[in-house]
Amino acid sequence: MVKLPIYLDNNATTQMDPRVFEAMRPYFMESFGNAASRNHPFGWKAEEAVDWARETIARSIGADEKEIVFTSGATESDNLAIKGVAEMYASKGDHIITLTTEHKAVLDTCKALERKGLKVTYLPVVTEGFVDLDRLRDAITDKTVLVTMMHANNEIGVIQDLTSIGQICREKGVLFHTDSTQSVGKIPFDVQKLNVDLASISGHKIYGPKGVGALYVRKKSPRVKLTSQMDGGGHERGMRSGTLNVPGIVGLAKALEICVAEMDTETARVRAMRDGMWKSFNAQLDEIYINGPDPLVKPEWRLPGNLNVSFAFVEGEAMMMGIQDVAVSSGSACTSASLEPSYVLKALGVGEDLAHTSIRFGIGRFNTQEEIDYTVQHVVTAVLKLREMSPLYEMAKMGIDLKTVEWASH
Amino acid sequence: MAYSEKVIDHYSNPRNVGTLDPSDPSVGTGLVGAPECGDVMRLQLRINEETGVIEDAKFKTFGCGSAIASSSLATEMIKGMSVDKAFEIKNTVIVKELNLPPVKIHCSVLAEDAIKAAIADYRTKQEALHKQTV
Ligand SMILES: Cc1ncc(COP(=O)(O)O)c(C=O)c1O
Repeated sequence: MVKLPIYLDNNATTQMDPRVFEAMRPYFMESFGNAASRNHPFGWKAEEAVDWARETIARSIGADEKEIVFTSGATESDNLAIKGVAEMYASKGDHIITLTTEHKAVLDTCKALERKGLKVTYLPVVTEGFVDLDRLRDAITDKTVLVTMMHANNEIGVIQDLTSIGQICREKGVLFHTDSTQSVGKIPFDVQKLNVDLASISGHKIYGPKGVGALYVRKKSPRVKLTSQMDGGGHERGMRSGTLNVPGIVGLAKALEICVAEMDTETARVRAMRDGMWKSFNAQLDEIYINGPDPLVKPEWRLPGNLNVSFAFVEGEAMMMGIQDVAVSSGSACTSASLEPSYVLKALGVGEDLAHTSIRFGIGRFNTQEEIDYTVQHVVTAVLKLREMSPLYEMAKMGIDLKTVEWASH
Repeated sequence: MAYSEKVIDHYSNPRNVGTLDPSDPSVGTGLVGAPECGDVMRLQLRINEETGVIEDAKFKTFGCGSAIASSSLATEMIKGMSVDKAFEIKNTVIVKELNLPPVKIHCSVLAEDAIKAAIADYRTKQEALHKQTV
């Protein structure tokens, strides 16, 4: 018997690994010191832990420990990277390039800069969510100071070719930041191979704690400088003040260490479950569409545990109600505060009708094959039941082209 | 967001799901909403041409649980009602009965629109029919 409810929303957040929790525990209790206290063993102990964490994280991403700045999460890392570069290099230029499919932590940061007079280019993506490299090259001007493009997308799992993007940025002498929240720890991530100058990391997407993250800031060729966004005691070499969250930082490092050590086996396991799920849906249902690259065709360009499917003619929220014991998310408007369907799917060119029917499954470390089997069975049952109730399915089956119907929009 | 018990009940055991023959002159069909908006309701009524009473009602809905529940409840409410009375039904009755939160009020509005559209369709058909016979 599977234990209910089942958590299949690992792109939203992940359950903390018990090993991470054990590593953090002492730093809540007996080793509670302030890492900035230089004159007593309490401080030394905390500092030692932070040093270990910094080294561990740096090693995991091919960086130097002096290139790691601890933050409260990827949102803060994105803000610090983008605003910090924009302010520091204001005399050099006032133009930033990003993608329409970025996380809000990047998009809204760019919007905030636009209100201050900076210019931002939001590049569209091509069908499966990829950046068009030629368009990127053309968009860079002598006023461009930063290109910020995510590594793996949180909704559709598409992985960008950072190496090529970074190469273009190098050629043009522009700094390159990536929101690598979804990719670090899940797929190989090396700042040298990927040509990135800044990278955002978050603890809670990699089986670590919430409220802690890091920003990688390249120290040489080129040396990146940032204007701090949080002023105070001058922690993190002045780039981010505030007493260090020692247990969180230890947790982040431990989480990443485990992810890197177990990446090969975990990727294989999670990918097999994801691929199996996609195959089972295809075997049992018609009129379903993958959002993002097909995992069976381009596995190397999609996060291993991510599956995003539109079950045509079945609205996403109704679907989630039908699989109540399975926690997933949907790009349907009904599940968002804005009443707009997912802007990421829209950017992909997915019609709003199909966007309303999309479900994102995020498979992770703690999921089992039994849970996947349960989910497939319940999803299929719910889709069949809801299609039985769907006027659109009936019309489509009668051969009516829904695009030609004049809908009374409301 | 948690759903009210009544929404869950209608969602799990929808009343009167189905299709009536739209070409039947005693049947009125209302199709409202749009796929791009995430909800489409089709409500059909079979009306006794002598008495003006709604003898049968069927629905199919593409939409969230609250939209499905609103249309299911609507069919339940109007069965046995006269067309004129059904035309007067306000969405607020559905909101109250299903305990819909503010973000779901548009589902009840859609159900009201569907009832009105179905009745309008029936009336247009009847008029055309009578014109032919005189
Ligand atoms: C791509 C991406 N960027 C940024 C964030 C924000 O991360 P955090 O919750 O650590 O601020 C998330 C997670 O919600 C994400 O998926």
